[in-house]
Amino acid sequence: MTPEAIFKRLQEKFGEETVFDFHEVSDKNRDAWFQVAPFEIEPVCEYLKTEPDLAFDYLESMTGVDYPDDKKIVVVDHIYSYGHKHRVILKAFLDREDPAMPTLVNVWSTANWHERECFDLLGVLFEGHPDLRRILLPDDWEGHPLRKDYEEKEEYHGIPTQRPNPIELYKIGVPGKDKKAS
Amino acid sequence: MSEVIFTNEMDEEMTLNMGPHHPSTHGVLRFIIQSDGEIIRKAVPDVGYLHRSIEKIAERNTYPGFMPYTDRVDYVAAMFSNECWSMACEKLMGIEVPKRASYLRVISCELNRIASHMIALGAMAMDIGAVTPFPWTLREREYINDFTEELCGARLTYNYHRIGGVSWDMPKGWADKVKRWLDNFEPIMKEFDRLITLNDIFVKRLANVAVITTEEAKDWGLVGPNLRASGFAWDLRKEDGYSVYPELEFNIPVGKGEMGTVGDCWDRFYVRVEECKESAKILRQALDKINEHPEDDIVGRLPKKMKPEGEAYARVESARGDMGCYVIGKGGEEAYRAKFRTGSFTAMSIIEAKSPGLFLADLVALIASFDVVAPEIDR
Amino acid sequence: MSANLNLMAPPKGLDAKYSDDQGSVITTNVDQVINWLLNWGRSNSVWYLLFGLACCAIELMQTGGPRGDLERFGAAPRPSPRSSDLFIIAGTLTYKMALRVKRLYDQMSEPRFVISMGSCSNCGGLFQYAYSVCKGVDQIIPVDVYVPGCPPRPEALLEGLLKIQEKIKNEKYLQRRYGVVGA
Repeated sequence: MTPEAIFKRLQEKFGEETVFDFHEVSDKNRDAWFQVAPFEIEPVCEYLKTEPDLAFDYLESMTGVDYPDDKKIVVVDHIYSYGHKHRVILKAFLDREDPAMPTLVNVWSTANWHERECFDLLGVLFEGHPDLRRILLPDDWEGHPLRKDYEEKEEYHGIPTQRPNPIELYKIGVPGKDKKAS
Repeated sequence: MSEVIFTNEMDEEMTLNMGPHHPSTHGVLRFIIQSDGEIIRKAVPDVGYLHRSIEKIAERNTYPGFMPYTDRVDYVAAMFSNECWSMACEKLMGIEVPKRASYLRVISCELNRIASHMIALGAMAMDIGAVTPFPWTLREREYINDFTEELCGARLTYNYHRIGGVSWDMPKGWADKVKRWLDNFEPIMKEFDRLITLNDIFVKRLANVAVITTEEAKDWGLVGPNLRASGFAWDLRKEDGYSVYPELEFNIPVGKGEMGTVGDCWDRFYVRVEECKESAKILRQALDKINEHPEDDIVGRLPKKMKPEGEAYARVESARGDMGCYVIGKGGEEAYRAKFRTGSFTAMSIIEAKSPGLFLADLVALIASFDVVAPEIDR
Repeated sequence: MSANLNLMAPPKGLDAKYSDDQGSVITTNVDQVINWLLNWGRSNSVWYLLFGLACCAIELMQTGGPRGDLERFGAAPRPSPRSSDLFIIAGTLTYKMALRVKRLYDQMSEPRFVISMGSCSNCGGLFQYAYSVCKGVDQIIPVDVYVPGCPPRPEALLEGLLKIQEKIKNEKYLQRRYGVVGA
C-alpha cells in the first residue's frame, strides 16, 4: 500500500485529531511521513500491527531529534512490514520542556531498548516503560548529551575532560599557517 | 537431634558479574547474572562501555568528512557502514552512482563480509572452547586484509567509499589475485566444515540451545543471519535490490534445524558458514562483470556544495544484518542528525528474555551466536 | 674458575653497562648477575593482559594470530590481571570504562608495564569532540610505551613490545628493591 493510502486508512479509523499532517515524497522528504498525536500513539501502532492489510511487524528504528528553535523534541518511528513490504514513518512532536509519551513496549518488544536510548540521550520520558534508566552513559551522568544546548562538564570523577592541544602547548609551527615552519 | 529442614526460601542464588573485561572477542559487554549454581535465573546486559558519541560528532562534521567515523560504528565490517552512510547521503542529495563504482562497492563489501564472518565463526568456536579454528580463520582474514590494503590502503578501518562512488579503482592484477585466493578459499571452507561445523561435540554444545522462533525474532527486531537462522528467508540484497545485486545470482541460506530445532545456536553458526560460500560466488561474478564498465568512472556527479535540506533513510545488508542510517539535513554543511540503526543493538536486547533456564556456558554460546560487536551497540 | 665457562655470558653490550671486565658471569658482581638473569627471564616471557576495547583489539588479535606472531617473543595472552606483566590498552577508553581500567591496573602485581596501543588510548584519537571519551589513558594510569596508529599495524605493535623488552632489560631490580650499593 502506498503511504498515502495507509494515512487515509488511519485517518478514517482514528480521526483527524490523532493522525494528521501528511508530507508526501518530495525533494525535501525522500520518504513520506505524517504526524501522530503523542498520547494516542499506542492504539495507532496496535492497529498498524494487528490489521491484516497493514501487518507492520518490524519497528526498524526510533530516533529522537531536538529542535530548540521550534521548542520541540520529535520522536521518529520507522516501521516496516515484512509481509507487504511497505514502510511508514510516524513522527510525534513533544514539548521540549517536558517531553513525555506512552511506551510502545506492548506493541513491539524491541521498543524497550530504543526507548531507553531516547531517554538517555535526549531526556524523553516514556510512560509505562518497565525499566526506564540510562543505557549508554554511566548511571551518574548529568544531562542529556544529544540536546543542542548540552555543555560538557569540566571533569568526571576526577578525570579531566579536555586535553591541551599539543600544537598550542609546545608552540609547534604548522606549515601553511606559520611562515617559519617547513 | 533436631532436623534440618531445607526450604525453598534458602535462596542459593548468587549474583555474578560477567564484567566488561572478559576473555571474549565481542568487545566490552557486561552481564549481571543471577544464577542458581549453573542455571541462570536472570541475566541483565549492561552496555555503554564503548559509547563514543559518534552521532553527536556527526552534528559538527561535514557529510564527506564523517566517513571515517562510520568505519568505527562497526569496525569488523567497516565497508557496510561506509556504504550505508553514502547511500543515505546520496538519497538525500539525489546523486547517482556509476556502475563501476557500484561493482567496486559490491566487491569490497563481499570481501568484508567474508572477513567479518571469519571473526564471528572463529570467535564462536573459541568461546565454546575450541581454540584451533580461530587462528585458521585469522589466517584467511590476513589475506583479505592484504587485498584491501592494496585496494584502499587500510587493513581495518577502510574509509573507502565516498558520497557518489568510491575513492580508488582496483590496481592492475588485483582481480586475478583475488580469484586465485578464492580458488584456495573454497576448499578451506570445506575443511573448516569437517573440523568444526560437523564436529560431534560442537553440535552437542549448540543444538537446541536458545531456540528463537520467527515470530519472536521479528518482534524483537532481530535481523540478518540471526533472522535467517529462524527459518525466515529475508535478505535485503534480494528484497530491496539495491546497488547491482539484482544482476548477480546467489542463494540465501536459511536455518533448517538440521542438527536440532530451527533457530538454535547451531543454525546461526551454519548460516554464517553458508554465507561465506555464497559471498565467494558473488565475488567471482562481480569480478568478471566489472570489466564491462569503463575504468576510472568511479564517482558520480556531485553538487558544488553539499548543503542538503530534508531527511532520508537508507539501509544495507551488513554482515550483522540490516544496518540503517537516518540522516536529517537542514541546509548547513553538517548533518543536523544522523542515526544508525544496527543489528547488534536489538540482538542484545533479546538476551534478557532468552536467558532464564540456560546454563552459564550456554549464555556464552548464545552471545557468540548472535555475533554482537560492542561498537554497534554503543555507537 | 676459568673464563671457559661462558655458557651464560651476557652479551657484550650488556656487559659494558654492568661492569668493566670482559669476563664471564662468574667474575661479575652477584647482583648484576641476578639482575641480568631476572631481566632475561622477564623480558622473554612478557605475558600480556587480554584487554581489547575497540578496533585496535582486532589488530591485537591479528598480531597474536598466524602472521605477526606475538608468541614467538614469549608473549602469551592471559585473562587475569594477577598473572600478567603487560597491560596493552587497545582501543578507545570511555569514562564508563575508565574506572574499571584503574581497578584492573591496581590489581596487577609489580613489575607491570603498560602499552597504549592506537591513537584513541594515546590521546583520545579522532574522538576529541566526544563527550564520553577519555582523552588518553595516561590521564588515569602511567604509560610506558605509546604505539601510534589507527589501528597500528601488527609490526608496529611488535616494535612496541620490543621497546618494552628493552626497558625491562635495563631494569636494575635488586638495587631498586633492596637498595644495594652499586646501582
